Amino acid sequence: MARLVRMDGSGHTTLAEWTARDDAAFEAAVEEFRGHLELGYIGTLPDGPGRATHVRELPREAGLVVMRRPIAGG
Amino acid sequence: MEAAAPDRGGTVLPELSSVPWRARTDKRWLRRWGRIWLAWTTLYTVPFIAAGVLIVALEPLAAPVTLAAFAHAWIIPELYAYRGASVVRPKGARSEGGEANAQGFLGDLLGHEERELQRRTGLALERGELGVWVVGEAGALLVMGRRRVHCFCVRASDPELPPSDRVAHLLLALREDEEGFATVANHAFAGAAWRVRRRLPRGMRPALDAARQAAR
Repeated sequence: MARLVRMDGSGHTTLAEWTARDDAAFEAAVEEFRGHLELGYIGTLPDGPGRATHVRELPREAGLVVMRRPIAGG
Repeated sequence: MEAAAPDRGGTVLPELSSVPWRARTDKRWLRRWGRIWLAWTTLYTVPFIAAGVLIVALEPLAAPVTLAAFAHAWIIPELYAYRGASVVRPKGARSEGGEANAQGFLGDLLGHEERELQRRTGLALERGELGVWVVGEAGALLVMGRRRVHCFCVRASDPELPPSDRVAHLLLALREDEEGFATVANHAFAGAAWRVRRRLPRGMRPALDAARQAAR
């Protein structure tokens, strides 16, 4: 089961879950993903030890996609 | 943007669009800044030492003045190092409510040893192409070649995040694009690792020690 999670004040919140075969669940996840992009979140796909990829579209085959806030110099 | 070559994660950090005037922070940039910081430190310490020696040579009774000059030569680099070490100190509202949840999430992003280290010190160790990173809630240290440390101020834009989520934000951004991460961050200090270590809270020092060990 793939998950779309948002890092927020509660630690993290699961926004959607889907499987590659479940089109309806995946479409719902895509809607959540796009909605959060519009709110200024950034989609990140942790893809192995020490690696992550910025994603602009929700990958159907992903195991976990994280919505994070932008970072800035402090 | 001067250079936008992707690295570790094969992507360019989207936050780079907020700092289009900055040159990409690569190894060459870091080495140059390391040399500039070394020259700067030499420039403001040597005159105090020279003046102290000269004063005591001319008038031995002026030894207290010499001691004051030597103290300046010691204290000023310490203040800069304090500023550098402060980037990883906890900052802002703690938002501890979701911390247990966030800690579990961050732990999933880390290997076993790094997870244990993060729980003990609050800092996440991450091996990169530029060196070994020690990531805190609102900043990161980059250990290059064991002896030199670059200190960066950088934070997630949401102040409501629990501490471990702040670390996770920085860790994910670092993994997406290491040079981009260093470019977006504000460079606060470069200097000797031992000097920065002395200015870290005692509980955080093992993280820097581990990074120096890993940077061998």
